Amino acid sequence: MTEAAVDHLDPNWRNSRAEPETFEFDAESEAQIAKILARYPEAKKASAVIPLLYIVQKQMGRQTGSAWVPRVGMDRVAERLDMAPIRVFEVATFYFMFNTKPIGKFHLQVCGTTPCMLRGSDDVLRACKDAGHLKGYGDTSNDGLFTLSEVECLGACVNAPILQVDDDYYEDLDYDRTVQLIEALKRGERPAPGSTIGRQTSAPEGGPLTLLDVPTLEGRGGN
Amino acid sequence: MSDVKLIKVTVDGKEVEVPLGATALQAAELAGAEIPRFCYHERLSVAGNCRMCLVEVEKAPKPVASCAFPVMDGMKIITDSPGVRNARRGVMEFLLINHPLDCPICDQGGECDLQDQAVAYGGDQSRYREHKRSVTDKYMGPLIKPIMTRCIQCTRCVRFATEVAGVPELGAVGRGEALEITTYVEKALSTELSGNLIDICPVGALTSRPYAFMARPWELAKVDSVDVLDATGTNIRVDSRGPDVLRILPRVHEDVNEEWMADRGRFSFDALKKRRLDRPWLRQDGKLRPASWPEAFQAIATKLKGLPGDRIGAVAGGLADAESMVALKDLMAALGSTNLDCREDGAALDASERAFYLFNTSIAGIEQADALLVIGSNPRVEAPVLNARIRKRVINSHMPVGVIGVDANLTYPTKHLGVGPDALRGVMDGAFGEVLRNAKRPMILLGRGALARPDGAAVLAAAWALAQSLNAVTAEWNGFNLLHTQGGQVAALDLGFLPGRGGKDLGAMLGGGVDALWLLGADQLDPSLIAPETFVIYQGHHGDRAAGRADVILPGATYLEKDGTYVSTEGRVQRGRRAVFPPGEAREDWRILRAASELLGHALPYDDLAAIRTRLVAVNPSFARVDETPAPAALTAAPSGDAGKLGTAPFTLAITDYWQADVFARASDVMAECARAHAPTPAMAAE
Amino acid sequence: MALQDKDRIFTNLYGLQHWGLQAAQKRGNWDGTAGLIAKGREWIIEEVKQSGLRGRGGAGFPTGLKWSFMPKPDPEGRPSYLVVNCDESEPGTCKDRDIIRHDPHTLIEGCLLAAVAMNARAGYIYVRGEYYNEHLILQAAIDEAYAVGLLGNNAAGSGYAFDLYVHRGAGAYICGEETALIESLEGKKGMPRLKPPFPAAVGLYGRPTTVNNVETIAVVPEILRRGASWFAGFGRPKNSGTKIFCIQGHVNKPCNVEEEMSIPLRELIERHAGGVRGGWDNLLCVIPGGSSTPLLPKHICDDVLMDFDALREHKTGLGTAGVIVMDKSTDLIRAISRLSKFYKHESCGQCTPCREGMGWVSRVMDRMVEGRAEIDEIDVLEDVTKRIEGHTICALADGGVWPVQGLIRHFRPMMEERIAAYKARHAAPAMPMAAE
Repeated sequence: MTEAAVDHLDPNWRNSRAEPETFEFDAESEAQIAKILARYPEAKKASAVIPLLYIVQKQMGRQTGSAWVPRVGMDRVAERLDMAPIRVFEVATFYFMFNTKPIGKFHLQVCGTTPCMLRGSDDVLRACKDAGHLKGYGDTSNDGLFTLSEVECLGACVNAPILQVDDDYYEDLDYDRTVQLIEALKRGERPAPGSTIGRQTSAPEGGPLTLLDVPTLEGRGGN
Repeated sequence: MSDVKLIKVTVDGKEVEVPLGATALQAAELAGAEIPRFCYHERLSVAGNCRMCLVEVEKAPKPVASCAFPVMDGMKIITDSPGVRNARRGVMEFLLINHPLDCPICDQGGECDLQDQAVAYGGDQSRYREHKRSVTDKYMGPLIKPIMTRCIQCTRCVRFATEVAGVPELGAVGRGEALEITTYVEKALSTELSGNLIDICPVGALTSRPYAFMARPWELAKVDSVDVLDATGTNIRVDSRGPDVLRILPRVHEDVNEEWMADRGRFSFDALKKRRLDRPWLRQDGKLRPASWPEAFQAIATKLKGLPGDRIGAVAGGLADAESMVALKDLMAALGSTNLDCREDGAALDASERAFYLFNTSIAGIEQADALLVIGSNPRVEAPVLNARIRKRVINSHMPVGVIGVDANLTYPTKHLGVGPDALRGVMDGAFGEVLRNAKRPMILLGRGALARPDGAAVLAAAWALAQSLNAVTAEWNGFNLLHTQGGQVAALDLGFLPGRGGKDLGAMLGGGVDALWLLGADQLDPSLIAPETFVIYQGHHGDRAAGRADVILPGATYLEKDGTYVSTEGRVQRGRRAVFPPGEAREDWRILRAASELLGHALPYDDLAAIRTRLVAVNPSFARVDETPAPAALTAAPSGDAGKLGTAPFTLAITDYWQADVFARASDVMAECARAHAPTPAMAAE
Repeated sequence: MALQDKDRIFTNLYGLQHWGLQAAQKRGNWDGTAGLIAKGREWIIEEVKQSGLRGRGGAGFPTGLKWSFMPKPDPEGRPSYLVVNCDESEPGTCKDRDIIRHDPHTLIEGCLLAAVAMNARAGYIYVRGEYYNEHLILQAAIDEAYAVGLLGNNAAGSGYAFDLYVHRGAGAYICGEETALIESLEGKKGMPRLKPPFPAAVGLYGRPTTVNNVETIAVVPEILRRGASWFAGFGRPKNSGTKIFCIQGHVNKPCNVEEEMSIPLRELIERHAGGVRGGWDNLLCVIPGGSSTPLLPKHICDDVLMDFDALREHKTGLGTAGVIVMDKSTDLIRAISRLSKFYKHESCGQCTPCREGMGWVSRVMDRMVEGRAEIDEIDVLEDVTKRIEGHTICALADGGVWPVQGLIRHFRPMMEERIAAYKARHAAPAMPMAAE
């Protein structure tokens, strides 16, 4: 669980100035909810709790510039899915990707697990701190632009080290390229996600050594 | 149940027969092997997470959690081996690394599962050199004192709240070592069963707030008794030290309360020290003054002397013990009075047949019912433990429940069918009528609130007729149930504490029909209804509303301060026992009446408990059948009311505020705090 | 002999071509699917059994056997479910990501065929929450398949009705455990269930369910098209087939590659990943199959084969085939300590040994990185890992302690040196008197 989630267990959370008084799904969210609910049997609609919490988080991002899940949002999810609010709260605090308190405009998520560590995630972290003016994990920059989090293995290890900015992976980073990325974000640019050294996805640097001649249907030895 | 297949398993070399579907833990217990456990609780779902109950099963690659492992024929279970012991020592070590070393100030000390098991599986010193975890305490209301750093995350409390109490308000949030038990919002758990959390918590994480730092268990004198603050008949153990009751705990009675207890019965005993009548009082020149027993008796004798019997009356309150009621009834008879009543609420009860006023299905019988119609009752507040049994049935078998009257949250799904007698009249025409008609064992649960009204007799008759029409009153099944609200109410009916031939009922007595009125713990009636000129003798234990109206006060004993007989709503005769002595000059009630009878010149013919209990049996043989409920029987008789005279007013409930529902609660600071904590949240004050 | 391109199943592993249906069909996906379905459930299961396919998610359970546990269609029409595990979160593992973003139709077609084999009328693909962009592609591919009737009421014209949905997780490694995944899919915390009952009896929504890894499902169509013996022809017996390896860490050119099972580790690294940084002799050790598998020191790496059985002989495992290479510059204690932190972070908190023990292990490992410990604490640490291992509901805790056990097994002197160095640095200044 994040420090954020631990803080959120503060019994006086209602006094937190950050918690909004109300939350209602907007039209965009409602359209998504309708699609999501169709995936699960009506009697099992609690299955939609994670998707709906995402919708709350996204909508908060749209509306406030900070993508997080306030308590009133959990309340709305609970009502919509006929769940006890505590069950929604359990889910929101169990899964790491829900921010249960406000975050910056950009969520810088440094993968610090061993595969990235071996390839230089310490440098990525240092670059985030330097360029983002961040004290360390859990910090949000004074200008509200960045929140820095350490995340566990992002599952892109052959492109380590990785920095995930909101939903996007930036891969094959080093200190300088991380600084460049953050500076671009500050300028309002959104560099294309993926390898920052121009690699073809997970192929070896310099170009694929296999699949050089991708067989077509006709060329394969089917029987 | 003969169709359960038995299989043979071997536990530590000893062969036992267990039912198919049993767990390894159950098999081990049958074989006499003790299995330590923390998360497992036989009345809750299986979590299997504490890992303390690990055993080895032949051919299993690793130890298994015996609480969750189903046995199979021929299985060999080993509960004591180096591997098992090492596993348990490991679990114990892990539990202790983050558990505070605060046993000396922990209220669970001396009755702590963790402490006990640590003796068997704990090391003599810790190998853990890191910082220990501390956890923020939570607020769970005035009754529960959480010290969450002690929590071992067994989740029993979460499961109890969700499964038994039916209030999914506790959860385990976060994950990993940050997993914490918490509520969603900072408020008291909305249940009348919260005290049970203290009992099921295996460590000192959830302890009793009122009992905090009061005593060690080995200091306490323990007396088995029965809770009378509702009519369930919950079996209890009263723990006291010297003159003080320090706590009340439930005892296991599978047919009554299983092992649960309602909060008012558990926590309102601080009232024993509040607003007590600890000496007689006499009204002189309009004011009550302390008096001696002889003075008090003399004043009564003076008043009653020369009064004809029909100008004297008596009312028994809902918490009175059978012994005092039979003594008062006998005294009244000796004085020539048949003016008796026990229906403080004016409920139109019919005592001509026991089945007309009992919870005939029996509490355990609820688990056989397949449909339930609730009329004018909220069993959740009128009998929380009984309601938990209904909930159990609903959860286990999806029993449909219809409600006529106030549509309250009963902790299980209900279908609201209407608010008043109209809905009762038409119930068989609607969809729920079909449910009842198709039920093999339907239940009708009638609340006293539905009878305490001008058309109460008609409601009783209509409900009975409905039960008869559903073929629910037979030698196999009696589905007609009256839910009483206090533990003395049924004994009063069994004793016929009702107007005799030519006798006046409560209304007539209050309205000036008598010149002298003896109130035996009649704390629920509204004393302002008593005619101003009536001479009132109040015998009871608290300076509650009725005592304030008295001309003579005779200080009696509470149910915790006397040996007494009580009959629960299901007709079960049980004995309460004295845990502490009544304060000051207060005395056991039947003895007060025995003494008064002497002075009034009509000495009652019993001098000890055995004699008066013989008298009880003489009045009603059912008093001889202790701890039994009556067997169902076919009955052609019907209550005397006319079902055609149903009115139209919506049904109201016998109890509106659970936390202030009786004389104990009204005197208890703890209950006052609960009432405040559970009061509906006022709208946000305007800034 | 390395695997030839013509025998590669994931022909768009690197996304050189478009992921879409049209391109996928050109690559051979969805070829004759209805005909395969027409051969029936028994035939599919038998082919998969004969192919020797073992689960690609880490445990290596024979897939055909697993499918055969699923019951016959329910007479009352209640559903069975296929659940595909794309909660790829084992450190070192990033193969399923490539499948769903570059070759999604291999998976979608596999889902349909697997569903037929297990009588499932609906399938859910549980994608880890972080794969946001990837899940969009997978969803788009599913939408394409529906649009042309490859999924739905008459899937691929086979007469079989099958619906397939994507469900996103939200950041919890434990949801890769199949029963935790089911709990999560039901809208609960991802806490593993007690077994028995197993999912094939009581799974999603209480119904029979089989949970398979993405790669396992995605290779099925080609196995059925080319025949069990084709697949079984790769690798050693009982370790057959092709496999995507994720080669990373201190190699010159980290990459994913589909190779033949049982390929020697050294050949894998040198042929595909440009060799160990600084040369083979600069190798310190390799974690062969994702973070849960104990490391192998160099001397074993020299000739070990990459398959289930060869690695098991060395007290480690093929796992997910995430090959984490560490050269001699590595602070190995820190590398393993970081894994301990991972498992502490990802413990669901349900079982006592894991909830409490992983934090303990992680904190001691933190001190071991500095050397701020006593020598005998290495024994305590090892004993603590033994007390965790095998005592929990799921295998997360086992996977969490194995790396530490592997470290102690192979590199204990390194830990002792670290402690000695720390002591030397922090030794109290010698007292003159003590010299006497």
